[in-house]
Amino acid sequence: MSLGSSMRPCGDFRTSYASDMTIFATPVTRYLALALIGLLLLVPLFGSPYMLNLLIQIGYYGIAALGLNLVVGFTGQISLGHSAFFGFGAFASAWLNNSLGVPVFFAIPLAGIMAMLVGILVGIPAGRIKGLYLAIATLASQFIIEDFFARANWFTGGSSGAMAEYITVFGFTFDTDQSYFYVVLFYVVLMFTFTSNLIRSRDGRALVAVRDHYLSAEIMGINLTWYRVMSFGLSALYAGIGGALFGHYLGFVSVEGFTIILSIQFLAMIIIGGLGSIYGTILGTTFMVLLPEVMEWGVHLFSGAMPELIQSLAYIKEMSIGLAIILFLIFEPEGLAHRWKRIKAYWKLYPFSY
Amino acid sequence: MNTELLLQLVVNGLIVGTLYGVVAMCFVLIYKSTKVVNFAQGEFLLIGAWTCWWLLVKFELPFWFGFPLTLAFMVVFGIALQVIVLRPMIGEPIISVIMVTIGLSMFFQALMGLLFGHETKSYPQVFDTASVDVLGMQVQSAYILSMVVSILIMIAFYYFFKYSKTGLAMRATAFDQQVAQSLGISVKSVFAAAWAISAVVSALAGIVIGMVNGVSSALSFFGIKVFPVVILGGLDSIVGSVVGGLIIGVLENVAEFVDSQWLHIGNLYVIAPFYALVIILMIKPYGLFGTKDIERI
Repeated sequence: MSLGSSMRPCGDFRTSYASDMTIFATPVTRYLALALIGLLLLVPLFGSPYMLNLLIQIGYYGIAALGLNLVVGFTGQISLGHSAFFGFGAFASAWLNNSLGVPVFFAIPLAGIMAMLVGILVGIPAGRIKGLYLAIATLASQFIIEDFFARANWFTGGSSGAMAEYITVFGFTFDTDQSYFYVVLFYVVLMFTFTSNLIRSRDGRALVAVRDHYLSAEIMGINLTWYRVMSFGLSALYAGIGGALFGHYLGFVSVEGFTIILSIQFLAMIIIGGLGSIYGTILGTTFMVLLPEVMEWGVHLFSGAMPELIQSLAYIKEMSIGLAIILFLIFEPEGLAHRWKRIKAYWKLYPFSY
Repeated sequence: MNTELLLQLVVNGLIVGTLYGVVAMCFVLIYKSTKVVNFAQGEFLLIGAWTCWWLLVKFELPFWFGFPLTLAFMVVFGIALQVIVLRPMIGEPIISVIMVTIGLSMFFQALMGLLFGHETKSYPQVFDTASVDVLGMQVQSAYILSMVVSILIMIAFYYFFKYSKTGLAMRATAFDQQVAQSLGISVKSVFAAAWAISAVVSALAGIVIGMVNGVSSALSFFGIKVFPVVILGGLDSIVGSVVGGLIIGVLENVAEFVDSQWLHIGNLYVIAPFYALVIILMIKPYGLFGTKDIERI
């Protein structure tokens, strides 16, 4: 589960609970993580705009996917309506800024909290039903909230959509990809650190207990309804913040953007990354953001031979996502996080693999 | 209050409702015998309708030849899908099974878009269309045809499960897989048969709808609309799916009527079944006819 379980030297056994519960198992992994963040801080200085755009996408989708992983991977409740919360966050942030004059800097976390309230509302059925029935209930909520977006002119601007301003702090406007990258990076580090800490707290362990055996969890005194509903609320909080970042990055939020397809993409991110794995979420999000780009590159490569391929690019992207979900579930159901562990174990044990 | 319009809408609802009932029956068939929730049910309609359209228009086959050919293709398709994609999923957690059918749905929807484009295409004229007078209302003969076909399918389902050997084997498997296996029933072939039958009957429904409304990607929305129906009727009840289909079909038309007369919210036709779905899940999660899940510790 922790970042480098196979990087621990042989014979390094844990002797206290504190050492068992650290986020980073060894100092090496901690320094590696810090070095990665340091490296990312340097990216805007020399990265191309295209690369920055992709990294920002990975950032805001990653935050939302992490929320979904919290509810699906850690609590074991299925949610098919995640993109509705993502969209709600985007509209809420734009609405707070445009209609109430809240500065964008505060509007983003507030949008997260508003999305959380919606998430709790949607999660109320989770107190009563579970598994498949819950999946269908969240599917219904996806359509209902989508319908709300199209209808609530005062909130979303209706079919014309909503404008979202740039973030301004002390007179400095984050209006370029370079500067916005730091905003997204800040939120990514914040949310991922928060999640890592949440999972090793009492509440986080309760969530995992609900997933593993809900009856045992209830017998041990865990309030099932509370944790199920709260996990929905929390996941919506993440989605709301991710959505708000998405909205203020694009500058415009359209009603059509938050369909069931996006919900499926979020689910694909966490399944490809690995359910119940925090760094797997980032791996899965990276995969899902890069997959359409790779498809586009491939189509342009073959467009000389088959020029009609360009027109059907959208279909090819969608097909590749569907195919990736199916192939991963058949051949690597535990996701990229598990594959990464296997690769590390292979090199660590090489050439004696037993 | 416009009584004539209301009556017309209720009749429309019953016609659409029987189609919902047929699709829901196919969905329930798969769920009951293989415990897989098929999110790709709508794509079966889509694939069936497009295949038939392709055979009739591109190859200009006569209907009596192209139609059985489509059904034969759907048998192969359903079995192939079960063997290649769903069989490795046996024993996996429920989220994986749901996601794999969602993946299938996404893949085939895009594939059909790639092959046939996104415009609505109409079938060549197979039967004469005319308005028929039913209880003082004008109803398109194509609608009557679709209703008759649906009812025939339902009756066929009933006799198949009541009397045929395969049908009995499928019911036994749905009841208890291990016992069925020990009595010499091949559970593997029952699973494949369930997918094949579901694919064929869905395709049939897809072709019927395609003849009335034309073929387009909108057909796959039937696969989503099927959820309110099966939740209302009970996830594992064939009778429930028929009753649920009729109720949801009438409900969405009445919602449309109420909306156009008094509320003026708009789009209630599409969204009302989902509100109904949430309400049913809150008060009676196992539906009208579903078996209640009793857990033992």
